[in-house]
Amino acid sequence: MSTTTVVEGWTEQPLVRFVGQASARLVLVMTPAGQVLAQHGFAKAVDLMSAAALGAAIMASSGALAQQVGERAFAALYHAGQRHGIHLAGCETPRGRLVVLTVFGKETSIGLVQVFFEEFVAALRAAAPVEQERRPILAANFENELNSSLASLFRR
Amino acid sequence: MSDRLLRALDRLSRVRGVRGSMYVAAEDGLAVAQLLMEDVNGRALAAFAASMARKVSGAAAATGAGRVRFVQMQAAQGVLLVAIGSRDVLVAVLADPGVNVGLARLEMMRAAELALT
Repeated sequence: MSTTTVVEGWTEQPLVRFVGQASARLVLVMTPAGQVLAQHGFAKAVDLMSAAALGAAIMASSGALAQQVGERAFAALYHAGQRHGIHLAGCETPRGRLVVLTVFGKETSIGLVQVFFEEFVAALRAAAPVEQERRPILAANFENELNSSLASLFRR
Repeated sequence: MSDRLLRALDRLSRVRGVRGSMYVAAEDGLAVAQLLMEDVNGRALAAFAASMARKVSGAAAATGAGRVRFVQMQAAQGVLLVAIGSRDVLVAVLADPGVNVGLARLEMMRAAELALT
């Protein structure tokens, strides 16, 4: 059974709605550093960690490439596979910049994902608590933060 | 190629009541070429037209109705028309409720054939 789990409660309602509207199979909401805030569809912690690390790395490297061609950043990246499509995009919220990785199948399309992603971003912006600025994760705290997030996401 | 497509869309836009027309990549739901009034959300129109075409085609296949060539969705505030020209490209039109659907359909089928040549 596919489940939605969140580390920060304000992300849940927008995420559940986005998953339903876009018929997404997997969704990952994270910071540009790869810290997961919410997820849908991942069954194993190791898959989630890999996807978060790879997604954050892709955004970072494409951002560097964008700067080389005079862009501030690419708004979104899309990979069309044989059975799945991957949409990777960043968005600004009152809690700082977030990155959203969406994996979808043939039951939907990149067009629909893009349309509903815009609504998702608007819902995240509206739901994000302004008063709590995200703290930078220090190397010393990294493992604790990671374990805490995984425990929340997989209810360990 | 895109000049020819835009000319076909221009012909479509001359049908009274048509508010926007576009070629849509059927699988992706993304616009290939479009001619829209300012208030028409082209991205949403492309995505939903492709989604509707896919679902109607699936229903037709499941019921043995054969290949779908044209879809008309009548709503209170407007009409969405989709001509399915080939597996890859659709022609979608958003129009006012009183549009001459027969005329629009004729131009849409022409436009759809043009995309194949």
